[in-house]
Amino acid sequence: MHFNRSMKTQRKQPKIKIRLHLLSVLIFALFSILLLRLAYLQIFQFKRYHTLSLHNQMNIIPIPPPRGIILDRNGVVLAENIPVYSLEITPEHIKNLPSTLKKLKTLLPSISEEDINHFNHVRKQNRPFVPIPLKLKLNQEEVAVFASRQHQFPGVNIRARLMRYYPFRETMAHILGYVGRINLQELKQINPSNYRATNFIGKAGIERFYERILHGKIGYQQVEIDASGRTLRVLNKQNPLSGERLYLTIDSRLQRAAYEALKDKRGAIVIINPQNGEILAMVSSPSYDPNQFVNGITFKEYQKLATARERPLFNRAVRGLYPPASTIKPFMGLAGLEKGVIDAKYSIYDPGWFRLPGISHAYRDWKKTGHGVLNLKRAITVSCDTYFYQLGSKMGIAAIEDVLMRFGFGQLSHVDIQEEAAGILPNKQWKKQMKGSSWYPGDTVITSIGQGFMLASPLQLANATSALSQKGKRFRPHFLQKSVQNDREKIHVYKILEEYPMHLKNDSYWDIITESMRAVITSNEGTGYRFGRTAPYTVAAKTGTAQVVGGFHYEKIPYEEIPEFLRDNSLFIAFAPTEAPEVSIAVVVENDFAASNIARKVLDSYFKLKETTNS
Amino acid sequence: MKANPRPIYRLTHKAIHIDFPLLSLLLTLIILGGFILHSASNQDFSMLLRQTMRLTFALGMMMIFTLIPPHKYKLWTPWIYSVGLLLLIAVMLMGKVGKGAQRWLDLGLFRFQPSEIMKLAVPMMAAWYFDKKTLLITPSSLLVSLFIIFIPTLLIAKQPDLGTALMVAASGLCVIFLAGIRLKIVFSLFSLISLAAPFLWHFMHDYQKQRIFTLLHPENDPLGAGYHIIQSKIAIGSGGLLGKGWLEGSQSHLNFLPEHATDFIFAVGSEEFGFIGSALLIILISLISLRALYIAKNAQTHFTQLLSASLAMIFFLSAFVNIGMVMGILPVVGIPLPLVSYGGTAMVTFLTAFGIIMSISSHRILFNNLATSAKF
Repeated sequence: MHFNRSMKTQRKQPKIKIRLHLLSVLIFALFSILLLRLAYLQIFQFKRYHTLSLHNQMNIIPIPPPRGIILDRNGVVLAENIPVYSLEITPEHIKNLPSTLKKLKTLLPSISEEDINHFNHVRKQNRPFVPIPLKLKLNQEEVAVFASRQHQFPGVNIRARLMRYYPFRETMAHILGYVGRINLQELKQINPSNYRATNFIGKAGIERFYERILHGKIGYQQVEIDASGRTLRVLNKQNPLSGERLYLTIDSRLQRAAYEALKDKRGAIVIINPQNGEILAMVSSPSYDPNQFVNGITFKEYQKLATARERPLFNRAVRGLYPPASTIKPFMGLAGLEKGVIDAKYSIYDPGWFRLPGISHAYRDWKKTGHGVLNLKRAITVSCDTYFYQLGSKMGIAAIEDVLMRFGFGQLSHVDIQEEAAGILPNKQWKKQMKGSSWYPGDTVITSIGQGFMLASPLQLANATSALSQKGKRFRPHFLQKSVQNDREKIHVYKILEEYPMHLKNDSYWDIITESMRAVITSNEGTGYRFGRTAPYTVAAKTGTAQVVGGFHYEKIPYEEIPEFLRDNSLFIAFAPTEAPEVSIAVVVENDFAASNIARKVLDSYFKLKETTNS
Repeated sequence: MKANPRPIYRLTHKAIHIDFPLLSLLLTLIILGGFILHSASNQDFSMLLRQTMRLTFALGMMMIFTLIPPHKYKLWTPWIYSVGLLLLIAVMLMGKVGKGAQRWLDLGLFRFQPSEIMKLAVPMMAAWYFDKKTLLITPSSLLVSLFIIFIPTLLIAKQPDLGTALMVAASGLCVIFLAGIRLKIVFSLFSLISLAAPFLWHFMHDYQKQRIFTLLHPENDPLGAGYHIIQSKIAIGSGGLLGKGWLEGSQSHLNFLPEHATDFIFAVGSEEFGFIGSALLIILISLISLRALYIAKNAQTHFTQLLSASLAMIFFLSAFVNIGMVMGILPVVGIPLPLVSYGGTAMVTFLTAFGIIMSISSHRILFNNLATSAKF
């Protein structure tokens, strides 16, 4: 043994022992901390905690914050919280329960046997001081009847809960979205202690995008309860902080007019103030009643909405992607001027078709006989395809993409609802990646008239039209104007985000395009005849007709005989007044030619509303 | 230097390699814990029964591990560490597929957490690495050892199991400290961190600051983590000097106290057994740790010294973090109280660790070939 020890000391560094001693000291120090803390809690603070535990005992009741209401730009309520009344009974305070129930049933005949059975069932599972609902959702009349007799029913109370309500129903559904019960996935993304008392969360649209500021901050009551759990008194109360009140850029009157104009059709309308990107109205038709979702939609009803062929749940305004068709032509013309391929005077002769060199296929104009000699202005006015076939194939896809990109095509606009789709602005790499084949000159030709692979949403069209009207100045489209924090009267005015502006080589290009679009309406051969040649305001516009099925020869069949889902989509973009544009619009109507008529109705109501507001 | 010399061991206590002082301290703690658990489980006898079965299994594991001589542990260390690391990665990958709990590995018969193996494997591997490096640590060996420690730590933290990750890192760092990192470096690191803290604070986002505030002042978040601490402090404080008596704790039995059989079991004991009982619990835990450190002091090789000391520290620190959390002086991290909280995995890990420590104490080198040849 002795021998052993001498061996050991030779082989080991002695310092490890010092460090082991240091660790022992550490253990002793931490031990002392625990002991001191224990003594502090159990001996010095004993009285305090003893009292707390005797009173037994504290319970914390969360209080939900009222969800922020949503208003339009003029203060009209778009989403509010309305009280829903239920009749509650606290069994402990009732002397004779069966007779009370009988009396209540005679007073309010809508109380069914089933309600009573359910009440009795729930009552047995709860302690007697817990109020139990007998009848949910009393109507106003029942509330009034009961309130007048309340003194006869001690222990019976009416309780109000807040429920989200959308007074505009279908009209605003695709903007506001709706709230619904929190699901598991959403539960992971929220702070559970802030949502302790909340059952609903924004599921779509504004309700979803601004969930964070709409929800507010939870409050709580610290109450003293006895050993059986009865509340004795309130110790401490922290009021909830209600969600912020949102003011949208929407004008509900214009929104309603737009909704009415598009009713019974499928399509979308987007109206923007081009001077700041405020969205004044946005309609996707057909629509749905968001209140259904709040009350809890049945599976059958939901199935019906989700599988309907008209797809009412689909937000066509931001998610619907359509070939822009001839509405792309003003932008193509601008690209041609900017890239120096054409000038205002440059003209061609249109025989009714266009042929690529060395390829026999003829790309036809919509007018079989051709338009004769035309320059850019006339090409836009009569919506000549041949002119743009030629312009596009001269410019090449890269130059087209370069200019169209600056108008926001093929990109998200970052509007403040989440459902947006980016659309497609095709180029060589895109085709290689998505279609696995190379780009042909023919692809450029059909892209030049907004067909082929190119797809844009109505919002993108309205957005691009706005940029055109402001000579290249662009703003991010948005719905939120300002929000007000109720409890602190704090107003947040949301910044208008200006996007990188476009500068052309020559500012007169803008005027050339505006003039051409003006002629679409005013000129005798302009395609905007359905809009009406005269209006009490000046308009610059472009029509569009998109084939739903390629190569369908319409001339041979009378329009009425074409199956509805094969009829062309019609599009219309415009801004007004041309001197100082303050409104821009994009209309897309599926399988119907009505876009121009609808745009006229909506623009008329815009200017009429403006007049009534000013006077 | 040739291959490992074969040491010859002197057998103590005949065939049973047990450190009796340590065993009696452990059994006292376990029995006291059983009483507390019986109360904490609201006298649910099946819970106590299940815990007893786990305990029997864990004690059996401890006995088996006492029999294995320390040089065998040293031999196996790299394998244990590598397998543990692979299992951690397997759990991570399987967890990704299943999207469920990422800590458990289902072996059909039973499930276990590979992170528990790492509580033993990381100090073993670090001790193995420093075994031959008896001089002060060089920067390069420091770097290697930090890798040994932090790869599994990060994997565990990602599961996410912050509590276990912290303990694994602490046990490894303890080995580095003992192996002879310059004290200057330790102190300068500490001072660097404390100097940098205000700057870090300045650069943090508001919501990050808010989280730290909640850790420091749980009362501000009475609906979240703060609720546990408030209730646990009431339970402990109302126990007073002598406690409310066994099975009489009102806080624990009225369900005011959350997790009262697992993470917050110390509060149940404190309420019912008072200051005397809780102090006894803390003293027992400290004595166990000190006894294990004493064994480390008398251990004969660098490897066994480092290993037994760091295992002792991981036990003590686990207990310290748990009790500190329950008493509201440390943030809420999910670490159970070793050998007392309900649950089997940690019980097996810690008793296995004590098995290794006892093996180190009872297998003593009698005669060493290499040393002998050098001497004579």
